[in-house]
Amino acid sequence: MEYAIELRHITKTFGSVVANHDVSLDVRKGEILSLLGENGSGKTTLMNMIAGIYYPDSGEIIVDGKLVEIRSPKDAYALGIGMVHQHFKLIDVFTAAENIALVLDKQEKYNLKDIKAKAQQICERYSFDIDLEQKVYEMSVSQKQTLEIIKMLYRGAQLLILDEPTAVLTPQETEKLFAVMRNMRADGKSIIIITHKLHEVLSISDRVAILRKGEYAGTIDTAAADEASLTELMVGKKVELNIEREAPVNPHLRLNVHNLTITNAEGIKVLDQVSFEAFSGEILGIAGISGNGQKELLEAIAGLQHPEKDSSIVYYPDDDRDSTAEQLIGKSPKNIRDMGIHLSFVPEDRLGMGLVGSMGMIDNMMLKTYSEGHSPLVDRKGPRYLAEEIKDELGVVTPSISTPVSRLSGGNVQKVLVGREIAAAPSVLMTAYAVRGLDINTSYTIYHLLNEQKKSGVAIIYVGEDLDVLIDLCDRILILCGGKCNGIVDARKTNKEEVGLLMTRLAGKQEGGVA
Amino acid sequence: MDTLIAWILRAIPFGTIIMYGALGEIVTEKTGNLNLGVPGIMYLGGFAGFASAYLYENSVAAPNMFLCVILSLVCAFIASMIGGLIYSFLTITLRANQNVTGLALTTFGMGVANFFGVFILDGRTATQSLVYKTFQTKIPVLSQLGTIGQTVFGYGFMVYAAIILAIVLHHILSHTRIGLNLRAIGENPATADAAGISVTRYKYLATCLGAGISGLGGLYYVLDYNQGIWATTGQIEALGWLALALVIFTTWKPLNAIWGSYLFGTLYWLYQFLPTLMGFSVPGYITDLIQMVPYLVTIAVLIVTSLRKKREDQPPASLGLAYFREER
Repeated sequence: MEYAIELRHITKTFGSVVANHDVSLDVRKGEILSLLGENGSGKTTLMNMIAGIYYPDSGEIIVDGKLVEIRSPKDAYALGIGMVHQHFKLIDVFTAAENIALVLDKQEKYNLKDIKAKAQQICERYSFDIDLEQKVYEMSVSQKQTLEIIKMLYRGAQLLILDEPTAVLTPQETEKLFAVMRNMRADGKSIIIITHKLHEVLSISDRVAILRKGEYAGTIDTAAADEASLTELMVGKKVELNIEREAPVNPHLRLNVHNLTITNAEGIKVLDQVSFEAFSGEILGIAGISGNGQKELLEAIAGLQHPEKDSSIVYYPDDDRDSTAEQLIGKSPKNIRDMGIHLSFVPEDRLGMGLVGSMGMIDNMMLKTYSEGHSPLVDRKGPRYLAEEIKDELGVVTPSISTPVSRLSGGNVQKVLVGREIAAAPSVLMTAYAVRGLDINTSYTIYHLLNEQKKSGVAIIYVGEDLDVLIDLCDRILILCGGKCNGIVDARKTNKEEVGLLMTRLAGKQEGGVA
Repeated sequence: MDTLIAWILRAIPFGTIIMYGALGEIVTEKTGNLNLGVPGIMYLGGFAGFASAYLYENSVAAPNMFLCVILSLVCAFIASMIGGLIYSFLTITLRANQNVTGLALTTFGMGVANFFGVFILDGRTATQSLVYKTFQTKIPVLSQLGTIGQTVFGYGFMVYAAIILAIVLHHILSHTRIGLNLRAIGENPATADAAGISVTRYKYLATCLGAGISGLGGLYYVLDYNQGIWATTGQIEALGWLALALVIFTTWKPLNAIWGSYLFGTLYWLYQFLPTLMGFSVPGYITDLIQMVPYLVTIAVLIVTSLRKKREDQPPASLGLAYFREER
C-alpha cells in the first residue's frame, strides 16, 4: 500500500493544554479520509502541523516514504500539501487570478495571462465553476472555497486538507463540492476532510480516522461503519468525573421559552422554534456542536437578539406565579439584567464580551455598577472589595487587582468573568463554555460555584461541549442541532451515545439527506 | 487670457510639490502604513536638498551645477528616507500607534530642519542657493512655442519627472509581482504572510522609499518653486497636509495624482486669479477661506466614495493597523 502521508507519534502541547497526544495515522494515495472528532479533539491542530502552521513537539511525519520536516507553509507546498482553512486566506479586492498569483513561486514569471490559462485548465479538469476575472468580494462563500482549492491545486498539491468545508455550504453546494472531491480522487489526489457531520463522513470518505480529546481513537473503513459505531468511537466510553450533584430542591418555573425563532443577517434561521422551560434550583445543560444556535439562544434571553414574531420568553421572578410573569422580548438588555437574569458569556474570544482587556479587575467589576449610586463620582470601594473577594475565593492568579485583565491567562480571565456574574446574585445565570481551556482543578472550582448557585435557588443554563461534564453536572440536557431543539433528556438517565446521536444525526435528515 | 496662463503657470508647479508628497504617501499607505509625518518629511527633504546645494556652492570655487542638482536630490532623498526609517522602526518593529508616530514625526522634521536652518541663515532672514536656475531650466525650443509651449513645456525637469514617476508607480502597483505583494500586505497582511511574503521587509521598504519620494516635494518647493531661497519654509507644512488630502482624493491611485494635484493647485490659487478673471475684488480675509477649497473637495470625494461603496476606491483594508503574526 502506498501512502501519501504517514504520521508517527505526533504530540503537540500549547502551554499546559495537550492538543494532540501520540497520534499516528496515515493517508493512502488516491483516497478520501475523514477526520472525525468532537470540538476541541485536536483535529485542526493536527492538520495545521501537516500544513506547516504549527511544528510538532515530538513525532515524525513521512511524506511519500521519506521522513520530512515541515516548518512553514512553504515547506508544505513544496511537498505537495495544501490546506484550505476555515477562514479563507484571500484578498477581497483582488480578482481570483490575482489571488492565485499571490501564492506562486517567486521564481515563476509574473504573467496574469499565463496564470489564468493554467488555472482555467485546472478548472476544466475537475469541473470547478468559477470566473477567474471576478473579484473575491463579489463571490459567494462557496466560490471562495473553490478558489482556495484551485490555489492549492495550482501550486501542485497532491494532498489536500479541507477544514470543515461543509460548515458554510448549503446542501446543494456541499453536493457540488463532493462531486469535485470525487473527481480529484479519481485523478490520484489524496484528500483529508475534517468534519463532524456523520452523514457526510459516510457519503464521501473511503476511511474514517477518529480523534478523541487529542488522542487517536482508530481508523475504520467507511463501508464497515454506521452512525452508531462512529458516534461510539467519537464520544468514547463514559468517564466518571465525580462532580457532586444533588436533586433540585423545590424547583419552580423561572423561564418559559416558547417557539423561539431567530433569523440572522444572511436570512438563515439560526434558531428554529425552540421551546423549553428552566426551573429554579436546577442546571439545564445545552449540548450541541458549536455554532448550532447556542450563542443566539443565550443572547436572545439576555435581550441581545431580535427574535421573530410568535417567539416568547416569559420570566417568572416570583416562583411560578403568573401574576408577576414578564415577557422578556422587547426589553432592553439592561432591563433584563436588572431583573436578575445574568449572562456570563465565555465565547471563543474571552475578552470580546463582558470584560475590557486593558482595564484591571476593579474597573471590570465597576462596568456593571457604575450607574448605581447618586454621587456624581463613581464608587470604587465596592468594586475593589468585590475584586479582592473574587481573587481570593477563586484563586485568580494576578500580580494585582489593577493589572489589565488581558495580561492574565485565559483561565484566570474566565474566573474573573464568572465570579463577577455570580456575585451579582442573579436569579437566572447563563454560562457558555465556562471551562473551555481551563485545567481540571479550575474547572472543578467553576462546577462547585455553579452547584452552590443551584443550591441557593438560581436557575442555571449551562452551555457546554464536554458530554461527560454535561451528563454529570446537569439535571436536564437540551440538545440543539441546526438551530432546532432535538430533544430534552434527563441527565441522570441518558448516556453519551444518546446525546451524541441527537447532536449529529437528525441534522442530516433535516438538511435534505445529503447522504 | 493672460490671467488664465498665469494661473496655470502657478498651479502646475504648486501641484508638483504635493504630487511628490502624495505619490510617496500612496506607496507607503499601500502597505497599510498611515504616515502622517509627510509634512515633517517634506521639511527634512527640503532642508537637506537646500543645505547640500548651498554648502557645495559656497565651498567650491567653480561649482558644477549638474553635480549640484544630483547632490541635492540624493541628499533630500536620503534625509527623507531616514525620517521614513524612524517611522518604520517605531510602527513596524515596535508596533507603536501609527497616528501618534506620524504626528510626532511631523513636529520632529520641522524642528530638525529649523534648528539646522539657523546655521545656514547665520542671522540673515533668507539665504539663496543658485542651483535653482538649473532646476528651473525650461525645455529648450518647445517652451518658446507660444501659449502651448509656455504652459505645457515651460517648467523645470522635476515637473515632468513627477508625471513619469506617477506612471511608473502605477505600472509597478498594477502590473508587477512586487506591486501585487505590496497591495496584498496593505489589504490583509495575514494572508500575505501565509503566502510567504515578507510583510516586515515590504513595509520597511515601501515606507522608506515612500518617504524619500515625499521628501522630493520639499526639495522642489525650496529649490524651484521658492527660487532657491531658504525662507517662508512654514509653507511646507501646509503643503504636506494638502499632500495627505490629495492621497485620499486620488483614492490611492498614482495616475489620479497627476490631474488631482494640478486641480488642487488651480483651486489653491483660485483666490488670486478668479476675482481678477471675473473683474471683482475680494477682501483679504476671504482669501484664507478660498484656500480651503482643496480640503472641501477632498471631503466631497470622501463622501462620494463612501456613498458609492465601490471597494476599489476604499483605503487599503489594514491601513493604520499594526500587524501581529497570529500565535497561540
